[in-house]
Amino acid sequence: MDGTEPLLEVANLRVSFPTRNGVTEAVRGVSFTLGREKLGIVGESGSGKSVTGRSILRLVPAPGVVTADRLAFRGEDLLAASDRRLRAIRGRRIAMVMQDPKFSLNPVMTVGRQIAEAYRVHSGAGAAEAKRRALAMLEAVRIRDPERVYGRYPHEVSGGMGQRIMIAMMLIPEPDLLIADEPTSALDVTVQMQVLAILDDLCGQRGMGMVFVSHDLNLVASFCDRILIMYAGRVVESCRASELRNATHPYTRGLLDSLPRLDDPRAELPVLTRDPAWTKEDGAREGGA
Amino acid sequence: MIAVENLRVAFGQGADAVLAVDGLSLAVEEGESFGLVGESGSGKSTVLRAVSGLNHDWTGRIAVAGAAQSRQRSKDFFKLCQMVFQDPYGSLHPRHSVDRILAEPIAIHGLGDADRRIDRVLREVGLGPAFRFRYPHQLSGGQRQRVAIARALVLEPRVLLLDEPTSALDVSVQAEILNLLRRLRAEHGLTLVLVSHNLAVVANLCDRLAVMNRGRLVEEMTVDELRQGAARQPYTRQLLRASQGYDRAAAEGFRDFA
Repeated sequence: MDGTEPLLEVANLRVSFPTRNGVTEAVRGVSFTLGREKLGIVGESGSGKSVTGRSILRLVPAPGVVTADRLAFRGEDLLAASDRRLRAIRGRRIAMVMQDPKFSLNPVMTVGRQIAEAYRVHSGAGAAEAKRRALAMLEAVRIRDPERVYGRYPHEVSGGMGQRIMIAMMLIPEPDLLIADEPTSALDVTVQMQVLAILDDLCGQRGMGMVFVSHDLNLVASFCDRILIMYAGRVVESCRASELRNATHPYTRGLLDSLPRLDDPRAELPVLTRDPAWTKEDGAREGGA
Repeated sequence: MIAVENLRVAFGQGADAVLAVDGLSLAVEEGESFGLVGESGSGKSTVLRAVSGLNHDWTGRIAVAGAAQSRQRSKDFFKLCQMVFQDPYGSLHPRHSVDRILAEPIAIHGLGDADRRIDRVLREVGLGPAFRFRYPHQLSGGQRQRVAIARALVLEPRVLLLDEPTSALDVSVQAEILNLLRRLRAEHGLTLVLVSHNLAVVANLCDRLAVMNRGRLVEEMTVDELRQGAARQPYTRQLLRASQGYDRAAAEGFRDFA
């Protein structure tokens, strides 16, 4: 890879779910390209940010329908890929970290075995080698006593440790792209910072690309390189993370203003008034970049 | 209005016992808005549940409005002191209409005049009479939290205990609920105790706060001191730093405080 080819190309992505009351369009024409960078997708609940993340791995459950003019990972069309080919990509090339370790880890298998299994499935390595790698990975996500944690079951570890274990499992096959859907929302702020530091280092050291889905504007602005702001299934604005404060779209402005802040002593918070025009499909604003 | 002295709450028995709150004392004045801040497992919600009477196994002294409280609370206590919970999806009965949800406390306390009271409280929380015969599943998260606040307010209490009232909501809805709580506090002269992990939310609604870690009170400070970053304890300073967004260098220096 020469460094100029994008990791991920998404053009006019649409996801719809047929319901009793007609078709609900969760994602309506989202386009972006991702290099070796940290891209944040921000929005409120129902904005389509998680569905966008899931549709990259074609993990949108039936009867949801995913269409796109282009959905390609390192030039390979993901929409046309066979199930067999997708299985080779999922986990190995593109990994996904979900929000809650409680529901994402196998409760009846020790965490060490789960991590080692992730490595063996993708590399074909032997059991001893897999265990050695799993222990090294646990250490890389700053788990203090890897040997002891290796033999624990998921219910025996804290939320913060569970999330680090999830990240270890997802990163052990050394994917090129990590999709992280609210990976730290269930964690305390200090643990959140430590987990983000781990992800940050791994992006930097391995040149991994990352799609970081979150509702937390401040967090994304301080962690990511670039941000897409989604509203009602559309990207209403995209900007460099450092330029978020200068965002121009009224929705982004409204979101930023409605956040209480320590450095702003005003009491009454401005309330977001939603403009139906924001849901119309015209060009998104390109600000800051 | 609320005085807590040497409160201890333990869960489990024998060797498995966990001391969730370890000798905590604090006082909240009448009409004050007090924040209780900490990370998960710090014991902040347990303090609130002991004060509200939801948790029976505690030792120490809890007094509300000058009256010392025992394990059993009287009906008068609940007329005086009401609670709003974190998750508006879990705290409303899914098969009861808003009308029935609000009528129940009125009936329990024999207040009478339910019709007028429900109508008034729904207006106060900004929902209006149109919402009276809806069910929780027909409401958004913010509307549900307004119903939960209305249910607490319908008894016209003097103390409102709030356990993470906005952390399940989107930021734009959070702003609406914070504005509502601030208005209601001013109109009714309410005493508020707000439990939250979010320092900015506490700063927005409270005058004074206490920081908790592992069942102990780390420090008490005013919101003005918090805004100026004038935390005395290293734990509070770390919490403050962590809540101001991602910083690679700061994350490196974080440590555990026992």
